[in-house]
Amino acid sequence: MRLEYFLLIDRIADLNLADRTIRTDATVPTSSTIFEGHFPGYPLMPGVLLIETMAQTSGWLIIALTKFTRMPFFAAVNEAKLRSFVTPGQKLDVTASIEHEGSGFARTRAEIRHDGKLICNAGLTFRLVEFPSPDFRVNMEKVAREIAFPMEALAHG
Amino acid sequence: MSSTFDTVANIISETCDIEREKITPESHAIDDLGIDSLDFLDIAFAIDKAFGIKLPLEQWTQEVNDGKASTEQYFVLKNLSARIDDLIAAKGAPA
Repeated sequence: MRLEYFLLIDRIADLNLADRTIRTDATVPTSSTIFEGHFPGYPLMPGVLLIETMAQTSGWLIIALTKFTRMPFFAAVNEAKLRSFVTPGQKLDVTASIEHEGSGFARTRAEIRHDGKLICNAGLTFRLVEFPSPDFRVNMEKVAREIAFPMEALAHG
Repeated sequence: MSSTFDTVANIISETCDIEREKITPESHAIDDLGIDSLDFLDIAFAIDKAFGIKLPLEQWTQEVNDGKASTEQYFVLKNLSARIDDLIAAKGAPA
């Protein structure tokens, strides 16, 4: 995770277009200014960032399914449960699947586990729109390469 | 009125917390019921699921933006219900 850039996923570990599922790795940094305030002497990963981590994982799945023709913008948290505290240094296993792919929107189910234990889960909604500009898409492709997005999977999907 | 309309009206009532009695076939989802685009995504999701279809929202929006269609054609509920019936018929599913 690079919290200062709001890049919460380290790597795409698995992308299955047939099953419409994705799995990503995300390790909470050992130090961040966020932990200085949340909370002093008792650092906890904010729940909203865990939800964002699930949203970004879902987003990459949607980008893969739409073959980089649509940008998913986070629109709604349908439900979310934050079940356990997450602390600095923890390695998170994030998964997401498509609940429904509508016209111009998609809903996903996502969850985060640590050492196999369910940490949190959510149902999320995204608006799917054309990339706002060519540069926007180029930047997304750059980030995709950084997190090992399997471009070859699109050719075979 | 058709069962399609009743299903749609019930979905809108439950999704947007609007009294069922206020929802009529003549209601315009946006202008009369005050449903915004985000709430309409929830409605579209529920309609897609209930009828096993995919409302072509992107196409409808494009047609309205291009001036080729009016919002009434898609968002007055009797018209929306008719569109849903068309989509059901097109996919060969039981109405």
